[in-house]
Amino acid sequence: MAIKIKKRGLPDKIPIDMTPMIDIVFQLLSFFCMTLRVSEAEGDFNIKMPLAAPRAGAPDPNLVPPIKIRMRADPATGNLVELVINESAGGINFSGANRWANLNKHIRDNIGEGSLAAATEVELDCDYALKYEYVIEAITAVSGRVTPTGEVVKLVEKIKFSPPRQDTP
Amino acid sequence: MKIKAKGPDYVEIDYTPMIDMTFQLVAFFMILINFSEGEQDQRVQLPSSALAKPPDAPLEVPITIQLVQDGRISMGDDKLYPTAESIRPLLSNEKYVLESQGRSIEDATIVIRAHKDVKTGQVQKVIKVCQELKFQKFSLRAKSETGY
Repeated sequence: MAIKIKKRGLPDKIPIDMTPMIDIVFQLLSFFCMTLRVSEAEGDFNIKMPLAAPRAGAPDPNLVPPIKIRMRADPATGNLVELVINESAGGINFSGANRWANLNKHIRDNIGEGSLAAATEVELDCDYALKYEYVIEAITAVSGRVTPTGEVVKLVEKIKFSPPRQDTP
Repeated sequence: MKIKAKGPDYVEIDYTPMIDMTFQLVAFFMILINFSEGEQDQRVQLPSSALAKPPDAPLEVPITIQLVQDGRISMGDDKLYPTAESIRPLLSNEKYVLESQGRSIEDATIVIRAHKDVKTGQVQKVIKVCQELKFQKFSLRAKSETGY
């Protein structure tokens, strides 16, 4: 009589059902796909603007006078109609499609891209109704330029605003 | 002669690569996900600038002020404030919180995200209110123009 001896112990392979795990992973993937928001890259123009105290005594003769940029707007649309630099000293008007490039060139030709540019201050005097995008274009034009190789060459770093003009009805 | 009956053939598909790819996608989205929606109001269309590059390091203490097209102001909550004066209490509160944490107001940076069509005078009024509360550092945010 043959006696069969059954092997006791764990089987060689334990089947694990992976289906719930894969379900949860797909749930997570759906969640992340729906909550992902692709936003455009944003950059900053850093400006330091303390509320300046009145200066005591005579102004420092070594300080370079600020370059004043006057920007006039059409009161109805807010579009830029006039861009003038140093208006009180004769003024140079920039107009046309290339006005920002011309303004940038003027700054570079008169100040250069060295230490004088770092010491120079630009004051923006804008009409109340002027669209904000023109302010950013002005700041871009005076802050530097991007070379054809993609390098950023900095120009003026000190920028301030004139006191806000009253809103004309 | 025996004829073996052939039953239906079962084809076993190996799902391992698909599961690997799924895990890769989950990991990718987990790294990318950004829950800070309060700092980017979708109503604000920023002006673009070729020189606007993302900062190298995150700002120490950023306080974001957003101006929508009609000049109303948002400060991270759902409410829109009509004028610059109406956010003065909020800014004073931010200043108080900073000082209670032992930090200087000079560490704070006011980040202004203004719509490209908003009136400049309205932005200047916001800046003036911040200056009156002794905030000194400002960041004007613009959309980065890519050269691709």
